[in-house]
Parts: sequence; structure tokens; C-alpha cells
Amino acid sequence: MLLNSKDFLEIKQLTVPEIELILSTAESLKEISQRDIKKVPTLRGKTIINLFYEVSTRTRTSFEIAGKRMSADVVNISTNSSSVLKGEGLKDTACNLEAMKPDIIVIRHPAPGAPHMLASLLDCSVINAGDGAHEHPTQAMLDLLTIREKKGDIAGLQVAIVGDITHSRVARSNIWALTKMGAKVTVVGPKTLIPPYIEQLGVSVSYRLAEVIPKADVLMILRIQLERQHGGFFPSLREYSKLFGLNLEKLKAAKTDVLIMHPGPINRGVELDPEVADGPYSVILEQVTNGLAVRMALIYLLLGGVDI
Amino acid sequence: MDKAAVDKALEHISRQIIQQHKGIDNLGLVGIRTKGRYLAQLIASRIKQHQGVELPVGTIDTSLYRDDVSVTPNRPILCTTQVPFAVADKKVILVDDVLYTGRTIRAALDALMDLGRSRAIELAVLIDRGHRELPIKADYVGCEIPTTVDETIKLIIDEGLKHYKVVKLKDPTAKKW
Repeated sequence: MLLNSKDFLEIKQLTVPEIELILSTAESLKEISQRDIKKVPTLRGKTIINLFYEVSTRTRTSFEIAGKRMSADVVNISTNSSSVLKGEGLKDTACNLEAMKPDIIVIRHPAPGAPHMLASLLDCSVINAGDGAHEHPTQAMLDLLTIREKKGDIAGLQVAIVGDITHSRVARSNIWALTKMGAKVTVVGPKTLIPPYIEQLGVSVSYRLAEVIPKADVLMILRIQLERQHGGFFPSLREYSKLFGLNLEKLKAAKTDVLIMHPGPINRGVELDPEVADGPYSVILEQVTNGLAVRMALIYLLLGGVDI
Repeated sequence: MDKAAVDKALEHISRQIIQQHKGIDNLGLVGIRTKGRYLAQLIASRIKQHQGVELPVGTIDTSLYRDDVSVTPNRPILCTTQVPFAVADKKVILVDDVLYTGRTIRAALDALMDLGRSRAIELAVLIDRGHRELPIKADYVGCEIPTTVDETIKLIIDEGLKHYKVVKLKDPTAKKW
């Protein structure tokens, strides 16, 4: 069984069987990272380029290690040390990179749709590692894997996504992923950070965290993206933290088997108190471990099995 | 091959393993994918009947070690490699249902070596159908069935290990690995 497309651009276009294929492949690949020799020869002779126009620790490292554990050659390009500084445009950069015959280009870009443009332009596979406020599909896949591991089944779960929904690609990808898999999603945040008409994506909306906590099976806390908060969407970080930050006190009302998730990096003391982030309900580091497995699965499924 | 014939072949393999190893110290069975594991479990239970010792049984998936990853359009969904004993310094017997080109066994050898340096590796197969493409030979063979390349041999077995049989199918679409 294979994916339907040469690229992995967004959750929106994925079918449920494709999502399940990626998840079960990732589950099988997790074992490799627990071996003494953490490497399999599967993708020997394949080349992956990580092209990151935004900063990243987790995602870029995760893609790099994923490629290396599968024996692919991985090259990293960050824009602050490349010809992008000389004014080279995205299209030129991409075409020049493709001239070196990579098999996959992983791109993160501040402009929504940038990976889609590359995908239509290039013959190699393109993976979206985050495009503006549009989607971050591998994050949603690793979140699904983590929830499935902990809860068994995703269908029927109550998932609350808390924070800046407007600017969050993680929220957008997760809304698509979770609703496709049959979870009930509620988005929570200040009115200024919840886009109008978001209900059309099949989610419910709440402006009060306290009324959502008791019924949630999963609390997915988003990062307040300090770099995108110049519009005065809320009076102060202190006020946001008081109303929408998760602390031990608010968590008392939660279910006893609630999962606390966060895509990272955490603003400790803003959206998540340290006692909660490091507490027993938190699966934040398991999300990172699963991120590696999901990315190994994706490059395996995209690179293997091209019908010749 | 009906169930009785498969049982007879498995009995043959089990007795040969016991004879060859003069007892069964330091031995482990590793099945290739799901069907290999089922057969390894059946062999282990027979050896337990004869010797009173339960051999450890593991599973490996060879998909990640194949030489045709980017050539094959249809690949099976990966199953987890799970070997619950340390292979280092153990004698490992690989178990598979059908030995054909030998390419799966080549991949399995690589996969097994990544898990540690075993003392020795042997191969047990239920059926040898010929047409080898690599210099690989089984140490224990349940039964030899002559075939042509446009046929496939399939072991049909259920999870409970209660019902099993081997069938030969004419498969004109069977692509050679």
C-alpha cells in the first residue's frame, strides 16, 4: 500500500486510510530508535534536503535524524547562511537545489502555500514542515500517533485546542487530522485569536478554558507565538496567562486520564506552568519521540515504492 | 498440503533441529514477518513437547533491508521487529514459510546482524520451491515442492495456529522479485 501523492503537503488532502498507513508504519519504525545500532539501510543512496526559511530545533533535527536512521544522505540549508541573503528567490533556490538531484525537499516557509508551489514545480517529493499559518502536517501526524498510543482509539475523544488559533498552523493541521479520525474538537482562546467562521471546519468554539477542561480527554496547548503578537490581540501576557494558561489549580477540574500536549517550544509560565509541563499528564517529550517515527515513516513511504 | 502434511513437515524440522544441536542450549527462533513467527511458534511448541524446554521466539520484518525498496510498487505494511532475547552469542534459527529466490533471507541476515553478533545463524523453511537467485540454502526443509515461476505457494494460517494449509496458485501477474 502506498500514499496517493508524491508530496506530503497538508492533512486536508489526506484520506483516512493514508493517515492510518502512516501511523502504523511509524509504530513499526519506532523500534529502530531503541536498538543499539539505530540505523537501517533502506534508503541508501537517497538524498534529502532540509530547506528552512524559519528557525526550528525540533522539526529540522527530527527530519535530519529520521533521514539518517533510514540511511539517506541529509543536507541542511538555513536561510541565514545561504544565497537567500543575496536576494535569491524561492523558485530559483528550489530549481538550483533540484539540479543536484535530491529525492526529497523538506521545506518550512513563512508564506502559506510555498511548499505547494515547489511541489508543482519540482519532480522530487516535497514535504511541508510548516507554511506560515496554514499547515504543519507532520506535527498533526505525531500528535495523532501520541493520542492513539495513549488512548487506543481517536474516534469519539474530546480534544481541546487552546490558544492562538488564528496564527497557528499546528491548530489547523490538527483540526483536519482529528476531525477526519472522528474526534470532537473544541477550540479555546480569546475572541481576538479565534478566526470567525472556524465552526465550518467542524469544531466547536469556547472562550472560557474553565468550561472546557472538565470534559476534555486531551488538552492541546498552543504556543503563544510572541513573534506574531504585534497586533494587540490581548492586553498583556500576564492577563493571557491568567485566563488561558494551564496551571495545576485549573487542572484539578480535569479528567484523571487527561493528556497534556504542546508542540513546543514552551513559553513556561505563559501558556503552560512548569509543574504542568513536567507533570504526570504531560506527553510532550513522547510527542517529540513520535515525531521522529512519523518522519521516518513518511520518507519511507514517499521514497520507497515508486512504480518504475 | 493439508494440515496433516504441514504437521508432518514441522515435526521433521523440529526433530532435525533437536538432533543437530544435541539438546537445544543457547538456541533462539526468529520468524520472518507474521507467518514466519507463527511457524516458529509451532516449531517451538513441538520442541517443548520433546525436550521440555521452551525456546524464545522473535519476529523480524525484512522490508527495510530489501534490495528492491524503490522498485516494488506494492509493499506490505511494515510489522514491528520484536526479538525478545539478546541475539549476541546465541545460535539463531531463522524461520520462514517459503524459500524462493533467497532475497528475503539475504535481507533477513542483514536485519539480524544489526541486532547483534549471533554465534551462528541457520535457516528453517516449511517449503523449498526452488528458483534461487542467490547462493542461499536452508538447513532444515519441511518439504520440497517443484514450481514454475508463474505459480505462487501460499501458507494460509490463522492467528490461533489452529488451522493451516499450503496452497499452490497459478498467478500470471506474479512478478519476480
